[in-house]
Amino acid sequence: MLSRTADHLYWMARYIERAENMARVLDVTYNMSLVPNAAQSEAALWQPAVEIAGNTELFEKNYGEYTAANVIQYMSMDDANPSSIYNSLRSARENARAVRVAMSSETWENINTLWLEFSQFIGIRLVESGLSVFCDWVKSRSHLFRGVSFGTMLRDDAFRFVRLGTFIERADNTARLLDVKYHLLLPEGEEVGGAVDYYEWSAVLHSVSAFQAYQKVFSDTIVPWRVAELLVLRGDMPRSLLACYDEITIILGQLSGRQNNECRRLAGELHAKLRYARMRDIFQDGLHEFLEDFIVSNNKLGGEIQRTYLNVHGG
Amino acid sequence: MDTTLQTAFDEMQLPAGAVRDIYTAYADWLRDVPHQQLESKRQEAELLFRRVGITFNVYGETAGAERLIPFDVIPRLLAAKEWKVLSDGAIQRVRALNMFLNDIYHNKDIIKAGIVPASILANTQYRPEMHGVDVPNGIYAHIAGVDIVRTSESQFYVLEDNLRTPSGVSYMLEDRKMMMRLFPELFRRYSIAPVEHYPQVLLNNLRAVAQPGVQEPTVVLLTPGAYNSAYFEHAFIAQQMGIELVEGQDLFVRNNAVYMRTTEGPKRVDVIYRRIDDDFIDPLSFRADSMLGVPGLLTVYRNGGVTLANAVGTGVADDKATYTYVPEMIRFYLGEEPILSNVPTYELSKEDDLKYVLDHLPELVVKEVQGSGGYGMLVGPSASKKEIEEFRLRILSNPANYIAQPTLALSTCPTLVEQGIAPRHVDLRPFVLSGKTVTLVPGALCRVALREGSLVVNSSQGGGTKDTWVLNDTGM
Repeated sequence: MLSRTADHLYWMARYIERAENMARVLDVTYNMSLVPNAAQSEAALWQPAVEIAGNTELFEKNYGEYTAANVIQYMSMDDANPSSIYNSLRSARENARAVRVAMSSETWENINTLWLEFSQFIGIRLVESGLSVFCDWVKSRSHLFRGVSFGTMLRDDAFRFVRLGTFIERADNTARLLDVKYHLLLPEGEEVGGAVDYYEWSAVLHSVSAFQAYQKVFSDTIVPWRVAELLVLRGDMPRSLLACYDEITIILGQLSGRQNNECRRLAGELHAKLRYARMRDIFQDGLHEFLEDFIVSNNKLGGEIQRTYLNVHGG
Repeated sequence: MDTTLQTAFDEMQLPAGAVRDIYTAYADWLRDVPHQQLESKRQEAELLFRRVGITFNVYGETAGAERLIPFDVIPRLLAAKEWKVLSDGAIQRVRALNMFLNDIYHNKDIIKAGIVPASILANTQYRPEMHGVDVPNGIYAHIAGVDIVRTSESQFYVLEDNLRTPSGVSYMLEDRKMMMRLFPELFRRYSIAPVEHYPQVLLNNLRAVAQPGVQEPTVVLLTPGAYNSAYFEHAFIAQQMGIELVEGQDLFVRNNAVYMRTTEGPKRVDVIYRRIDDDFIDPLSFRADSMLGVPGLLTVYRNGGVTLANAVGTGVADDKATYTYVPEMIRFYLGEEPILSNVPTYELSKEDDLKYVLDHLPELVVKEVQGSGGYGMLVGPSASKKEIEEFRLRILSNPANYIAQPTLALSTCPTLVEQGIAPRHVDLRPFVLSGKTVTLVPGALCRVALREGSLVVNSSQGGGTKDTWVLNDTGM
C-alpha cells in the first residue's frame, strides 16, 4: 500500500489511543481527588497527570498553577497542547479524512461522527460536572473505533497499520502511567499498605481497566509490585506492555514486503525482554529504570517503523 | 422581481397547468405526499450526507471549513427519447473535440482549412509542450462534463464542455444512492435507468488507454489533497474503482517511468487519472511553486512512459473563446450536423460584439473566458445598476477576457423549498467517457439554483443537486 496511506492510518489509530489514555488519566485523577487525603495538596495530585502526558514546561508557562481546573482544561480542550484530547481527536479525524477510502466506510463514518459529536463538549466547564461524562464518552468512542475497525476491515496491511499504531501508543502510555504513579506513590523508604495507598493503587488499576482483572488474577489485597506485574508482564492483561508487544511482533511479521528489517529485530528484542523477565529482577534493578528504558526502546521502534514503512523517500 | 420563473419552461408542468407525460405518474405520487414527509426525508438525507462526510470545502472561508451541498429530494425526470438526443449530442461533441485536440497538436488541418483562426495557438491554454505528442487512441478528454440547459420542449443548449478535470459525478452517484434509500417504493414502481456502473466503465476506459504493451495496467487517481474542494469526490471515485488515491508526494519519476512509494517499495504506475490542473502537475515544466505535482512527470508523459487522463492541454478546447467553433468542428471532423445547439456567443475581442454587449449589459450574461465555478460572471437581468457599471469597467480594462451570451430562461423543475414545492432553475451535466468507446451512463448531475429566480447553479454560489431519472417514454 501507499506509504502515505499507511502513515495516516497508523497515526489515526495512535491519536485515538492517545485521546483515550489522556481521558483515563484525567478521569482517575479526578476520582482520586474525591477521596479525602490531607497529605496531598491539589497540586501534588494533579501534577502527575501532566507529567504522564510529558509536557510540563508548556503547562507551567501557560497556566502556572497545577489546579484541577487548569489541568483539566489543558489536557482536554487546550488547542495549544499538542496532546490534548481535543488535538488528538482532531488529528485522528484529519488523518482519517486524508485516507478515508483506505478504511472500511464504517470506520470512517465512526471517526467522522466522533468529531461531529465532540462539538457538544466545547465550551462546557468540564471541571464542575461534566468531566466523567466527557471521559466516558472519549473512552467509549475509542472502544467503538477499535470494535468497528476490527469488525469491518479487510485483514490487509491497512488494518495492520491501524493496529500497529494502537499498540505502539498504548505501550508508551501504559509505561508512562505506571512510571509516574509508581514514582509518586512510592517514595523511598515509605511504608506500604495504608488505606490511602489502597485507593491510589486501585485508582491506577481503574485507569487501565485492570481493577477487576487484578482481583481475579491475585484475589488478594492490592500491593504495588503486583500492580506493576499485571501491567508489565501479564500477557492476558490487554493494556500490559507484554500484551502490546505480543500484538506488535505478530503484526510486524504479517506486513508484506521487506522480511528482515530493523523493526522486526527491535520488536523481537523488546518482546523477549518482556516475555522472559522476572518481576523480582526488575524491582532489583529498579522499576523506574526498567520503564524508562522501555519507553526509549518503544520510541525507537516507532521511529524505525516510520523510516521503514511510512516516510519512504527516493525509491 | 425576476420574471424568468413565470416564463421559463417547466420540466413538470405546462403553462396551461397540464402535467407533461413523463411526469404524470410521479406528479400523482407527489400530490399525495404530505409536505412534512418530504421535509423529513430531506432532513434525513442531510444527516446521512453529513455522517458519511459528503462535503466540499469552500475557498475563501475558514481554512478547512466543510459544507454540504444542498440536496433536493425531488428528482429531475427525462424520457428515454429526450435522453437519446442529449446523449447522442454529447457524444458527438466529445468525439469532435477529441479529434480537434489531436489535430491542433499535430497537423492543424482545421486551421489550414480556415475554420478556426490560428490565434488559437496563442491561447494560454494551448500547450506547445504537447505538440507532436501521440496519446493512446488519440484521446485527450477521457472524461468530459457537458453542461446542458433547456429552454423549451425541444430546445437544448450546450453551455460549455468541461474537458480539464470536470467534477460532480460523485453527486450523481451519491444522490442516486440516497434516493433509493429514501424512496425505495418509487424505484420499485418505475424503471429508472441505473447509473451505478459509472466507476466500472471509467476504470475499463482508463485501463484501455495505458501505453501499448502494458499487460496489467496500474491506474491511480491523483488528487491535490484533502483540502481541495472536490476531495470527497476524488476519494469516493478512487474507492469505487478500487484504485489508489495518490498525492504528488506519493509519486516519483525514475528511468522514464512513474512510480508510487509503497510500504513494499516502489510500484510502477501506468495511468494517472489526475484531478490536478495542468499548471500544477509538474513543477519542472509548469508552475515551479506547485507543491501538488510530480517533478519530471511531463517528460515521462511526453515520452510515452505514462498516460494522463485527461491529457495535458485539453483546456484549449473547452475555453469559452473556442466554444463558438464547436459546431463547425463537428461538421469538419465528422461530416455531421450538430445535434445539440450552441448558445449564441459574443466574443468581446471583436469590436462589433463588444459594442453590442456594452449597449445591452442588462440583458446578457457575461463570463470570463477562463472563469469557472460561477466566479467572475455577470448575470445582467438580476444584477443591480451598480454591479453592471462595475462590471462594465472590468470588461473595458480587458475585453478579450470576456464573452457574453443572451440570458437563457433555463428550464425549471419542482423543488422542495421552505415554503413548499416551487419551480427552480436547473441545468444538467452528463459525463461522457472516452476510452475503448465513447459512452455515458444514463444519468447526470442536475444542479439547481435554490435561490428564487437565480440562474446560477454552481455549488460555490449556493446551488444544490438533484437526482436525474431517465425513464422509459411513458414515464414509468
